[in-house]
Amino acid sequence: MAMNNVGRPTAAVANDAAAPTTFSGARGLLQPTSLIFETGSIDRTGVDLPPVKGVKSRLGGLARTTTTGNPGLSEPEAVRHYVRLSQRNYAIDLGMFPLGSCTMKHNARLNEKMARLPGFADVHPLQPVSTVQGALSVMDQLSHWLITLTGMKAVALSPKAGAHGELCGMLAIRAALDAQGQAHRRRVLVPESAHGTNPATAVQCGFIVDEIKAAPDGRVDLSDLKTKLGDDVAGIMLTNPNTCGLFERDIREIADLIHAAGGYFYCDGANFNAIAGRVRPGDLGVDAMHINLHKTFSTPHGGGGPGSGPTVLSDALAPFAPVPYVVTRADGTLDLVEHEGDSEGEPFGRMVAFHGQMGMYTRALTYMLSHGADGIKQASEDAVLNANYVQACLKEHMSPAFDGVCMHEALFDDSWLEGTGVTTLDFAKAMIDEGYHPMTMYFPLVVHGAMLIEPTESESKASLDAFVASMTGLAKAAKSGDTARFTGAPFHAPVKRLDETRAARKPVLKWSPPVEANKIAAE
Amino acid sequence: MRYLPLTPSDREQMLAKVGVASIEDLFLDVPEVARLDGPIHNLPFAQGELAVERHMQRLSNASMAAGSVPFFCGAGAYRHAVPASVDHLIQRSEFLTTYTPYQPEMAQGTVQTLFEFQSQVAGLLACDVANASMYDGSTACAEAVVMAARVTKRTKVVFSGGLHPHYRRAARTLAKHSGLEIAGLPIAINDEAAVLAAVDQNTACVVVQCPNVFGTLTDFTELAKAVQAKGALLIAVFTEAVAFGLVTPPGEMGADIVAGEGQSIGNSLNFGGPYVGLFATKDKYVRQMPGRLAGETVDADGTRGFVLTLSTREQHIRRDKATSNICTNSGLCALAFTIHMTLLGDKGLKHLAQLNHEAACETADAVSAIDGVELLSESFFNEFAVRLPGDAAKAVEAMAAQDVLGGVPYSRLRQEPGFENVLLIAATETTTAEDIASLADTLKKVI
Repeated sequence: MAMNNVGRPTAAVANDAAAPTTFSGARGLLQPTSLIFETGSIDRTGVDLPPVKGVKSRLGGLARTTTTGNPGLSEPEAVRHYVRLSQRNYAIDLGMFPLGSCTMKHNARLNEKMARLPGFADVHPLQPVSTVQGALSVMDQLSHWLITLTGMKAVALSPKAGAHGELCGMLAIRAALDAQGQAHRRRVLVPESAHGTNPATAVQCGFIVDEIKAAPDGRVDLSDLKTKLGDDVAGIMLTNPNTCGLFERDIREIADLIHAAGGYFYCDGANFNAIAGRVRPGDLGVDAMHINLHKTFSTPHGGGGPGSGPTVLSDALAPFAPVPYVVTRADGTLDLVEHEGDSEGEPFGRMVAFHGQMGMYTRALTYMLSHGADGIKQASEDAVLNANYVQACLKEHMSPAFDGVCMHEALFDDSWLEGTGVTTLDFAKAMIDEGYHPMTMYFPLVVHGAMLIEPTESESKASLDAFVASMTGLAKAAKSGDTARFTGAPFHAPVKRLDETRAARKPVLKWSPPVEANKIAAE
Repeated sequence: MRYLPLTPSDREQMLAKVGVASIEDLFLDVPEVARLDGPIHNLPFAQGELAVERHMQRLSNASMAAGSVPFFCGAGAYRHAVPASVDHLIQRSEFLTTYTPYQPEMAQGTVQTLFEFQSQVAGLLACDVANASMYDGSTACAEAVVMAARVTKRTKVVFSGGLHPHYRRAARTLAKHSGLEIAGLPIAINDEAAVLAAVDQNTACVVVQCPNVFGTLTDFTELAKAVQAKGALLIAVFTEAVAFGLVTPPGEMGADIVAGEGQSIGNSLNFGGPYVGLFATKDKYVRQMPGRLAGETVDADGTRGFVLTLSTREQHIRRDKATSNICTNSGLCALAFTIHMTLLGDKGLKHLAQLNHEAACETADAVSAIDGVELLSESFFNEFAVRLPGDAAKAVEAMAAQDVLGGVPYSRLRQEPGFENVLLIAATETTTAEDIASLADTLKKVI
């Protein structure tokens, strides 16, 4: 039989026609999306359940009579909906995600697999402790790693995220001060470069925030700090390495000053990934520090959580750790101290129901076991080297905010964009067209038009070189007057630049049926 | 090391470009006394996948998985069947390995799913508006309390005795440091009258729960009106979101703020976390809400798109004036929730809720038929309380020794005189007739 080769092989023919608008709204592989409320219906479902039996209800007259209004989709429709949506997201698995201060490193899939083992994922937090010894071992081993890596006395595992860990540390400080009859100490010193969570946390703990100035070298201004000390100072909240990507070289002196003034030293551990395995915060005079397991120990960011913020505590603060925590009994079994009255210390209370983010503990422990003490140290060194390499390659084209080497992230200001008509925001949006997630922009606040680049240790040299080439190209384009490339960006993303002002002025925070939505719009 | 792409020669070339001789030169700002000369002692070195997996598997084997035995634990965490597609979809790289959608043009997948999540939560709870999630139910409850104080500019908080004790403790921790005065009512299965009596001119809110920690269902419609007439807010808490497929939702009872746990839709037990806090309120309070909010807008071409919005409430803008210090929320758990909810739809959720209720009714019948066991919850959804003739914690321990996880003793949550014999028992669609028979047999033997 003869081969049927009608229409084959195709040949690529040059064609200068503009890309047509499609009838479907798709752009090739980029499929159109709609809301589930537009495609689903309340009588459709993607789950098959056994028939109900008709048992007499015991709802005490509280049976729901209204619809939830929530549409259902069959499984194929649902899968397609979410896969199409997923394709409108950028991710570390797609490319470099140099979002400063956020530590977007590789998320190993072994960690996902381990977190789903039934002895961790399918155990209830209130099963008898005799039936959850394996899960408690994960908590105990993770604690050992965290305490050893930080050189601290104890760790409170339960905080659910970084900001929650800050709350834990600051509440421990408040409890310690109260116990010492120092309840009048209510002022907390926070550098102006700090993460927004720091002042917000201090206020949530009932403290008053007093800002400390930054010195011209991007670090804490020691002389300003000294003038702010006094017998009403509860402590300091300091990030180290700081948000400018610099190590606070006077950190021991800062710790001594705070301690001499009767206060405590809270360290924001968001940037611990720069020094893990190389420097122990306990050797720097820190009293409390949260560790973002979702940064340093690579539990996935998941589009905004779940995080996990275990908080390590010094000898002075350890007795005030919240419940629950794991203890080893005389017979070697593990137990949970869940009630404040059962504790040997003076816990400041309970922060959450249950024991914290177990699913993140298993992932972080898997990361630690995989890397080992040697790999964790190497990861920190590579993260710092990668940032310095990017800084060195870009410093001719952009303006580093500070001289000298950086830690795990490189900070630039926008002085190099002066007169180009391009802002940091425009530059960031043009990076989207280049296939990169933009760096952190306009943070820290102490640097004008800040651009904070954190490559992490997960990037190869080839990947960094490609990034540098792209950034250099953009920098040259900005300086040569090609402003349209920036002010109109992004051009190649699934949507053009979005109107955030409009969203905030007239908030639409949930779907409404079209009739109702029109009514709202008309009002 | 399989996760680190740099080779020794890469490192050399890069150090040269930076202009330093060795990696040590990049750490010179570290005070000399704090510089370590090698890897930290007392920790193992790197291991391959096989060795790590073996270690973790051994630990997993040392716990009794809920799915391997008859299982009746609830009290704030519930075991439901989650469709396989949910876990597959949340593990897609583009959802799993992305960040908070700060650059919405390259995060429409995340922001649109959050918008759909908010819409579903508002529909489930019958509230005007829901946020993009909190850490869990207990922290959502705590944030609701401090929000009520902000809204009313009052400082007293009344906790119902039917509130989950962990929620009460977590809320107390946050509230007392915000300068609030706590009025915790005695533990009770129903204390509507006492709650209203505790409200005075300075009361910011009352916190009630339905179904409450004993499983009991209470209509708060009249209480809400009475509380609001006194200028306070009613916060309705829940720990089992599936309930509102069958039970009157808190928004319909007039709750001002609704805060609860969403774990039971889309998420596994995970030994207590991560979970997903649901938080909803009335339109008029939206600017006092904590947490992230996704909103609809258009792009430069007029095409519909979604962004995070009203961020002037938040810490990264407002710093010490923010409504909360919350930054990260529970994105991936919220995604699991919204996917499972989409698969269920209104019809599937109602069906699922009915199956839960029926399983609990049958379990309650089997258990209360045992001599000496008293059913304490007149009405309930999928969880109820019984009083045993003896100590409930001991009974649970004895049942576990016979491979039955027979519920949660109330004393595990709070050590309260008079409640030592109270056992909380939950059943879901995963509960079989054989499970119920095993529970009844075993409980009979151990009490």
